[in-house]
This record gives sequence, structure tokens and C-alpha cells, in this order.
Amino acid sequence: MTLLHFQLLGAALFSIGVYGVLARRSAVLILLALELMLNAVNVNLIAYAAYGTPADSTGQIIAIFVITVAAAEVGLAMAIILRLFRDRGSVDLDEVDLMKG
Amino acid sequence: MSLSLAVFYLLSAVCLAGAIGVVVSRNVVYAALLLLVTLMGVAGLYLLLLAEFLALVQVLIYGGAITIVILFVIMLTRVHEFRAMRDNPQWPLALVTALGVFALLAIALVNGAPDETVRRGVSFSRLGDSLFAQWAVPFEVASLVLLVALIGAIVIAREREEGEEE
Repeated sequence: MTLLHFQLLGAALFSIGVYGVLARRSAVLILLALELMLNAVNVNLIAYAAYGTPADSTGQIIAIFVITVAAAEVGLAMAIILRLFRDRGSVDLDEVDLMKG
Repeated sequence: MSLSLAVFYLLSAVCLAGAIGVVVSRNVVYAALLLLVTLMGVAGLYLLLLAEFLALVQVLIYGGAITIVILFVIMLTRVHEFRAMRDNPQWPLALVTALGVFALLAIALVNGAPDETVRRGVSFSRLGDSLFAQWAVPFEVASLVLLVALIGAIVIAREREEGEEE
């Protein structure tokens, strides 16, 4: 088991997240795919932290901050989705085109 | 094949299967629960990487909090609408893009990876020391970010009173 294993897994998770963000229409499902991408980044960070020399806590600390920002992001995004649903009765992002030129 | 490698492949299979389920599932509740499966698999990977604290945080915050918030919002919005909601017509393009991203990353990683095989963990006390000494200011800023996000979420989501100015 080498660093490369974890890096490739992170890349695969990230790519699946990219597909989800691009292909989905529901705001909630796009948010789920976004969480996948954040987790892929965290896997990479922690893998580098574990395999790096000398042992250092920086990778894990930054992963903690990523998780913090992800929590804040989910809370805000859910509030926006609720608002969107109340105002328009739908969470389909294709219908949110108020700022379309 | 060593035991840790076998565990790694098992956890990777769980993670990837869950992740693919998240992006293809028609039912949004299933998608949220499959995300939970993926997140717990990732927590297992953290254990494999000797990051016990991160594994705990992953289970508590992602498993306990974020998934619950997502499920709450799914319940508060209309569930039956989700089931009829198809994916974008551009999904083949999205598939090509995702495969392209993966190919690019994989090529770069395979060519550039240092061949490290030794894993080193960081003890809880060392992690705490550096979090509250070296990273004290970013830590406080993170708490401020959470507070602002919380207040913002309440302001955005609350019902407006009759006749209240927007």
C-alpha cells in the first residue's frame, strides 16, 4: 500500500463528484456531489500527511479546516435551498435563471 | 497481499460504490444515505492512514451532523418532485469531462508519485498542541466563519412576517 493508492482513490472520488455536479439538476443532489469532492481533497491531504517525512500535523490540521468550511457551507446552502423552495416551489437549478443575460 | 492492502481495497470499493450511487440514484433520500456510506468508508481510510482524530471528526460531523441536515432539508422540500427530476440532458458531456479529469489526475499522479510506503501517525496531543499554538489564529477565524454562516443561514431561511420589508 503506497501513497499512490490513496491519491488514485482521491482522484476517482473527485471525478465522480465532478460528474455529479455537472449532470444533476436538483440543488440538493449537486450539494451531495460537492461533499464527495471535498472528501476526495481530504483523503489526499491526510494521505500526504501520513506518508510525508518527517511526520507532521499540518495536513491533518488543514483537513480539519476543510471539514469546518464544509459544515458552514452545508448549513448556508441548505438555507438557500429552503428559501428557493419556498419562493419558487422547486429546487431545479435550471429554473433559477433570473440573472441569465 | 498484506492485510492492510486488503482492507484498503475493501474500503475503496465501499467508497467508490457509494459515490457512484450518490451521482446516479434517482431517489434523493437513497442518494443522501449512500453519501453516508461513502463518508464512513472515508473515515475507515483515515484510520488506515493513522489519523484517528480525523476519523472521529468525520463520523461525528459528517455522519452525525451534515447528513442529518441534508435529510432535514429533503424532508422540508417536496420529496416526490425529486423522483420525477431527470438529470441534465448534458450528462454524456459531464461523463466525458469527469473521465477526462480522472485521466489527467491519474497520469500526473502515476508519473510524479514519490514511492513512499511508510505511514506515520500524529498523536492526539501533538495535533492539539499545533492546533492551539501554531494554528491558533486560523482556528479562531474558523469559529467566526461558523458563527457568520449560522447567522446567515437563519436570516436566509426564516419566514418573513406579513408586510415586512425584504
